[in-house]
Amino acid sequence: MDFIANLPPHFFRIPIALTLVISLVFINALIMVYLERKIAGHMQFRLGPMEVGWHGLLQTAIDAVKLMSKQLIVPDKAHTRLFRIAPLLAFTPAVLPFAVMPFAPNLQAVDINIGVIFIIAMASLNVMAIFVAGWASNNKYALLGAMRSVSQNIAYEIPVLLSLLSAVFVVGSFSLGDIVGYQGKIWLFIVQPLAFLIYFVSSVAETNRAPFDLPEAESELTAGFHTEYSGMAFALFFLGEYTEMFVVSSIATAVFLGGWHGFPLPFFEYSSVVWFLLKTYFLMFLMIWFRWTFPRVRFDQLLNFSWKYLIPFSLVNLLITAVVVKL
Amino acid sequence: MEKFIENIKTGALRETQDYSDQGLVLKFAQAETLLKHCQANSLWPMTFGIACCAIEMMSVGMARFDASRYGAEVFRPSPRQSDVMIVAGTVNKKMAETVVTLYEQMPEPKWVIAMGNCAVSGGPFAIEENYTVIEGVDKLIPVDVYVPGCPPRPEALLEGIFKLQEKITGKRHPFPQNRHP
Repeated sequence: MDFIANLPPHFFRIPIALTLVISLVFINALIMVYLERKIAGHMQFRLGPMEVGWHGLLQTAIDAVKLMSKQLIVPDKAHTRLFRIAPLLAFTPAVLPFAVMPFAPNLQAVDINIGVIFIIAMASLNVMAIFVAGWASNNKYALLGAMRSVSQNIAYEIPVLLSLLSAVFVVGSFSLGDIVGYQGKIWLFIVQPLAFLIYFVSSVAETNRAPFDLPEAESELTAGFHTEYSGMAFALFFLGEYTEMFVVSSIATAVFLGGWHGFPLPFFEYSSVVWFLLKTYFLMFLMIWFRWTFPRVRFDQLLNFSWKYLIPFSLVNLLITAVVVKL
Repeated sequence: MEKFIENIKTGALRETQDYSDQGLVLKFAQAETLLKHCQANSLWPMTFGIACCAIEMMSVGMARFDASRYGAEVFRPSPRQSDVMIVAGTVNKKMAETVVTLYEQMPEPKWVIAMGNCAVSGGPFAIEENYTVIEGVDKLIPVDVYVPGCPPRPEALLEGIFKLQEKITGKRHPFPQNRHP
């Protein structure tokens, strides 16, 4: 027993956290796909899934079982090994940012002092997976989609980083625990409204969601980078996308919307987790709302919007923040 | 053997053929049933319309008819991710190659619904002077459900989806919520 007692606390903490995080990821995907179809339905004056379970609650689970039963096709001219590994690559880095996410005062796996940078680094690995998928498929649509995805992500990574940096300047720390702790008095959303706006717009673009879903533009590119993927491999890409949505929304919550701060809910002890998840799911609802409201942008519009407006504005915002903080 | 040929001649085979016996030699009854139910309730069609019947197919996905209630509104643009191919329209000889390619690109298990008279039997093109149109898509690919009409009403296509569910699971309503007459 001495041996176990002498082990460092991280030794237990990280496996437990990982188990929780992976179950959270799958549950989140189940909820999000259902919500997406249901909200889309109601926005278009339809009902959405109704038949399976109460109001179609089991629809996503059933889709998952069906996807597992589908044949996995590897095209003849594709690079087999890369083709197989790409969906895993898309899914894994999307999970890692949860290791530093502060869900509640004591519910954070590790609070490293460069939390924000770690999350940004992990989130941008997703592009690699998309490019590997597009390249290995050996399909013109997949390759075009992957190329679009890379240029889009490079263009929108910069405003994300700059807007987060101006929030970091105000707090004076990269650690997410510190950033959330700072917002007990006032949410950074009020101090840095422009940074929040820029961050949210560019994070929607970074998750490849409509109106910026050019990498998988159905009307031009069949299905973009996952054209050749069938069954569960395709599902893993979608799992990665919904996890990415959750990650960017929870960063927005932690950095700008006060994280787990909020007035204590009646009859409920763990109200901080509830507040965190409520804010995150509200932002995700906004993303779904965008998708079913706006038409897709053209590619030049997309890049111009980033390079001509978002990056200059976020640079000016960063400059003003730096001057004000110094004074 | 003689009976078999006679069946083909009279077309009786179509009714007597029982698909439920195919598959693995070793059977897992419960799992098979569950799998079949899942497949029947998430039939993702391919975004693929050849002619005017496609307009009716689109309206099945829209507000009034709403195929999404049965989980069939996810129109996948890529054949690799779709389960059912709705051949909506006239297939001519130039298009035939594409139709067969698309069918072969779909992963198993896959199904085909022939929608409209042209896809069922050639419709108004099944005349002596016809030289371009393939009279019935079942000359190219195996068809599971025929939906006649010129064009069929959206309700008819919904009924076709129900028939396909019935064919897969053996029951008309695999999940007993919201029973429709």
